[in-house]
Amino acid sequence: MLTVLFDGIATGALLFMLALGLSVTLGIMNFVNLAHGAFAMLGGYVAVVLLKGWDVPLLWCLPAAFLIPAAVGVVLERTLYARLYGASPLDQVLFTIGIVFVSMAMASYFMGAQHQIIQLPPFLGGQFHVFAGFDVGVYRLFLIGVCGSIALLLQFVLTRTRFGSRLRASVDNARVARGMGVDVDRLFAITFAVGSGLAGLAGALGIEILDLDPTFPVKFMVYFLIVVAVGGAGTLGGPLAASLVLGICDVAGKYYISEVGAFIIYTVMVVILILRPQGLFGRPVVR
Amino acid sequence: MRIKLPLHAMLVAVAMSALLSSGASAQQSLKIGLIVPMTGPFASTGKQVDAAVKLYLAEHGDVVAGRKIEVLLRDDTGVAPETTKRFAQELVTNDHAEIIAGFGLTPLAFAAAPVATEAKTPMIVMAAGTLVIPQKSPYILRTSFTLPQQTAPIAMWAAKHGIKKVYTIVTEYGPGIDAETTFKTVFTANGGEVSGARVPLNNPDYAPFIQRAKDAKPDALFIFIPSGEGAAVMKQFAERGLAAAGIKLIGTGDVTDDDILDGMGDAALGTITSHFYSAAHPSPENKAYVAAFEKANGGMRPNFMSVGGYDGMALIYQVLQKTGGSTDGDKFVAAAKGLSWMSPRGKMTIDPATRDVIQDVYLRKVERVNGHLYNVEFDRVEAVLPDGK
Repeated sequence: MLTVLFDGIATGALLFMLALGLSVTLGIMNFVNLAHGAFAMLGGYVAVVLLKGWDVPLLWCLPAAFLIPAAVGVVLERTLYARLYGASPLDQVLFTIGIVFVSMAMASYFMGAQHQIIQLPPFLGGQFHVFAGFDVGVYRLFLIGVCGSIALLLQFVLTRTRFGSRLRASVDNARVARGMGVDVDRLFAITFAVGSGLAGLAGALGIEILDLDPTFPVKFMVYFLIVVAVGGAGTLGGPLAASLVLGICDVAGKYYISEVGAFIIYTVMVVILILRPQGLFGRPVVR
Repeated sequence: MRIKLPLHAMLVAVAMSALLSSGASAQQSLKIGLIVPMTGPFASTGKQVDAAVKLYLAEHGDVVAGRKIEVLLRDDTGVAPETTKRFAQELVTNDHAEIIAGFGLTPLAFAAAPVATEAKTPMIVMAAGTLVIPQKSPYILRTSFTLPQQTAPIAMWAAKHGIKKVYTIVTEYGPGIDAETTFKTVFTANGGEVSGARVPLNNPDYAPFIQRAKDAKPDALFIFIPSGEGAAVMKQFAERGLAAAGIKLIGTGDVTDDDILDGMGDAALGTITSHFYSAAHPSPENKAYVAAFEKANGGMRPNFMSVGGYDGMALIYQVLQKTGGSTDGDKFVAAAKGLSWMSPRGKMTIDPATRDVIQDVYLRKVERVNGHLYNVEFDRVEAVLPDGK
């Protein structure tokens, strides 16, 4: 029972990191970025290449899995995404889904279509026994630790720093923020980069749990969108709560009623959205 | 027949007259349409089959019974039955393929079967493993395996070796359900007790299912998952300490697929499976096959899918020699029935009753040989029928 809860929290933590960037672009920049999963996949492949091709230890791969997708994110944001900020959602969706297909074809071409298999360092493998009925997987504990620290760090940056207050101001009203001398474009570029980087990091951490192959961006797009829809876009607490709820329901559903396990998260989403159409933490739409 | 361009019309007329006048002429090549997933999640199947077909042509020459063999490769991208069906139709009607072959997954073989029936085209199933496939068309011949055939031996073995209680995890589609049903039937008939769960196809995370299996405290965990997903299962099996809890891992050879086995690491050691092919099968035919395959494909190890493709070609060549190069559906199938030959996997026979394959099934254990993981055979059940009996 507790093991199931623990596994659910770990899955939720991973989902949170994966979806956070999407929540940011969607909520803060009002941009429908379906290609978010492509950055996660990029992070995953960066880790695989470093691990297998260069024998870099896993812990050193993680910063690279953050930095490279972040850098690619900045480049794409400046050259491509920025042109579509004012465009209609349909244009944005078509454009980003195009990026998804390009990224999948490239992954297939360069890395092959097979699942990527990595070997964890021994100190991250295995489980330890807490008490009867509660076993803790070391890797999942590590995941929760990493995601927890990142969530705390982001919370600190958003609420306690100048950058955070500017960002929140731009989100609330980009026009006024611009009028007050805030460089909104630069803020958005940085935010986009961080979001992409986090996705990349999560992609790398998730190889062990989610199976990395070129269909990754499409396979998990639904999960990202559910997290954002249920959590409400543009906040930190919303996606966190939504990810945890979904992660726990997904794992528990597969464990207890495996016949319909795969559908549980959709049911949860439908129920939550009926009760709270704006999402768990979203503000009511006033536009 | 629809004719769009004068040039096409001429070509068609020439082809028709050639067919009508002499049946099969030496100049006219015999086209084999090979439909396998070369991209997408099941690309490994397609790559293995394609490589094996190429190897067979390289080894045996591309002329048989006076006809030049030409293979037309089509990529149906994974679980996309409508694509498979479209390719089958195009190959038969536009490209004049006289034989269609390949078929990586059960739904894809089902989709192509009506085309074979209607055009009376021989259809060689080289990979898909659900038992009922050959019943979908009288022109289907199979050179791979069936799930009941692969499952029954491990169920017998488990029952005889002190395993009383088994938890099964299978993927919820044709072959998975075949495997589950066969295991349950054979194992309970021999006094065992079975419970289990089904996993959706394309499932990313096996953790909850494996945890459930652990909490059920069985003597052994039986697994069937599509070729290529074994690594994810193996990891969770190791991480959750099932081996330490005294649970054995058993299954069909799909879990310890030769293509990815070596990447699974020590977690796979000791897994016991039953299957018709292992790259470590100690026969001269297989040693030659593995060496030639690895040499031609940059060190890629052949797996059971490749052998299905290789023997598919072996079947076509032998039948063509018997029919003098004719690919008439009824003649072809009649000539194939009862054929028997020595394959890299061991002796195999085309069952005259079902057009399916009769072959030896081996019990194997994953061991480290010269630093690499292999399925090492330790026992054999001779000439197992397609339905596992």
